[in-house]
Amino acid sequence: MSAAAEERSARAPWALTAPALMLFVGVLLIPLAMTVMLSFHDWGQYKGIEPVFILKNWHEIATDPYYAEMFWRTFRIAILTTLLTALLGAPEAYILNRMSGRWKSFFLLVILGPLLISVVARTLGWALLFGGNNGLVNKLLMSLGAIRSPLPFMFTETGMVIALAHVMMPFMVLSVWAALQRLDPQIENAAMSLGAGPATIIRRIVMPQIMPGVLSGAIIVFSLSASAFATPAIIGGRRLKVAATLAYDEFLNTLNWPLGAAVATLLLVALVLIVVGSNALIERRYAEVFR
Amino acid sequence: MAYLELDRVAKQFGTQTVVDDFSLSVGKGEFISFLGPSGCGKTTTLQMIAGFLDPTRGAIRLEGKDLTAIHPAKRGLGIVFQSYALFPHMTAAENVAFGLEMRGVPRGERAERVRAALAMVGLAGYEDRHPRRMSGGQQQRVALARALVIKPSVLLLDEPLSNLDAKLREEMQIELRQIQRTIGTTTILVTHDQNEAMSLSDRIVVMSQGKIEQIGTPQETYEKPASAFVSQFLGKTNDFAATIDRTVSPTQLVAGSWRAPAPAGLSGPVTVSVRPERIGFDDAGLTAKIVTRIFQGNHWLFQCESECGPAIVIRQNDGQAQPGEGEAVHLTWRPEDMSVRARAGA
Repeated sequence: MSAAAEERSARAPWALTAPALMLFVGVLLIPLAMTVMLSFHDWGQYKGIEPVFILKNWHEIATDPYYAEMFWRTFRIAILTTLLTALLGAPEAYILNRMSGRWKSFFLLVILGPLLISVVARTLGWALLFGGNNGLVNKLLMSLGAIRSPLPFMFTETGMVIALAHVMMPFMVLSVWAALQRLDPQIENAAMSLGAGPATIIRRIVMPQIMPGVLSGAIIVFSLSASAFATPAIIGGRRLKVAATLAYDEFLNTLNWPLGAAVATLLLVALVLIVVGSNALIERRYAEVFR
Repeated sequence: MAYLELDRVAKQFGTQTVVDDFSLSVGKGEFISFLGPSGCGKTTTLQMIAGFLDPTRGAIRLEGKDLTAIHPAKRGLGIVFQSYALFPHMTAAENVAFGLEMRGVPRGERAERVRAALAMVGLAGYEDRHPRRMSGGQQQRVALARALVIKPSVLLLDEPLSNLDAKLREEMQIELRQIQRTIGTTTILVTHDQNEAMSLSDRIVVMSQGKIEQIGTPQETYEKPASAFVSQFLGKTNDFAATIDRTVSPTQLVAGSWRAPAPAGLSGPVTVSVRPERIGFDDAGLTAKIVTRIFQGNHWLFQCESECGPAIVIRQNDGQAQPGEGEAVHLTWRPEDMSVRARAGA
């Protein structure tokens, strides 16, 4: 190959990826850098945003316990949501995987179906069922005399976790499902022939092998829940703020963009650290299963 | 008394009969092969013995006890799967130890038996390897050690060698046979490879479309095939259309210009089967012309066009001059080298 041709072929990958790269830089990297810069700017009720470099916003977040409580709530909700989806999603995927052909595709559709519906619509559905005295389920239970006052759901963390878990379930099921596809179809028979009962097979043979799937599903669900906006906004409202809804309020209601940017940046950095850290741990722990 | 007995076992899936009327007695320590093309029901039969499938009809008995009443986990059979089905998250030693652990064998004895089992299959020193870091042949050995370490009453092998390359397969065949001879475990092998079945087994069960075609020693099934299917499935064979002429005395079997005294019991149109290595060239016999001649080192392979249809002849390369392509020859064989069947549909 001539030098010119070699140079051409070395340039080709860059030329081919250029459009996507430009889009990526233009709509993600630049705004992100601007947001980070924005978090160091000053803001005042009457003077608006001042492009100076100060640590006021970061200092406020670090010292005001309101932010600590809000971030703690954000991650508590994300962790509980992740646990709930793992606890329900992993068995769900396993059962689904054992179903016969026609039922399998039907129930897979049932699980994936919600992804086709807007998160807002799905969350409003929960609000319709449990929303105070007018919620359908609350009304029914009260008219049956099962409960005296409506079940607390709206504006509670429990409500947020349940609604978020519902929204996130497909990601967990699909992730575990993918891990189950890698299972040798004879592996349970092999364990059975060696004398293992059904519970032992699940615990000793199936679980360790689908654990990477559960964990990668958990990473997806955790990061999506921690940064979720629509569900916490509808269920939690103004009373129970999480990082995403707080950043939104700072941007659009208080108009304190620099503070909102600081909250958003902190959420992003925390999430990246958690996700990258746990991913590295998982890959080291399950090196043999991943290979 | 038979050690393992299958008594008119049948398996149906819906309206489809996959295995029908399968009866077999296996002696203790015997090595049996189920041989047949894919879809002949051999794996289904193995899975019924293993307990992964329940027979629709018939009984399976081990030492006189009804095996189908026992849960697969309690049958105590050793199984090697085609895919090996090793536990990828466990080391070789942990894989082998699993069955012992399930039986509550104490830790010390367990370690000792695992080490012995791995050493037996030639994997001493590989205890801490994970299956994904082992070659196909090594994985196969781990699977074998895992099945044998529990001292199974019967060892079931489901096409265990089909994922190995030709050379390794041959090595494993010899090794498998030696191990089986040494420990004397009753073994059932499922295979579609006739060479494998012949070189390993004491007896072969040839199956086709869910039915047993023939049960016999490798030699019997090769030399005295009970049906056209068996003779064609086990090695190459020549089928010539012939007739038995009872109008002359003594009665004669006539295949083209080749004739011999007729065997008793048959008359009219028959099919004569002769193995290619049993046919020789002579001055008289079945008239044929050599179409192609292929040199294969230790033997020559001739494809001929005879008056009774195409024929294959194999001659040892014994240094003698061999006829060339296009030459007219006469094919002949000893009457005891052929098997004669009534011709179907004639």
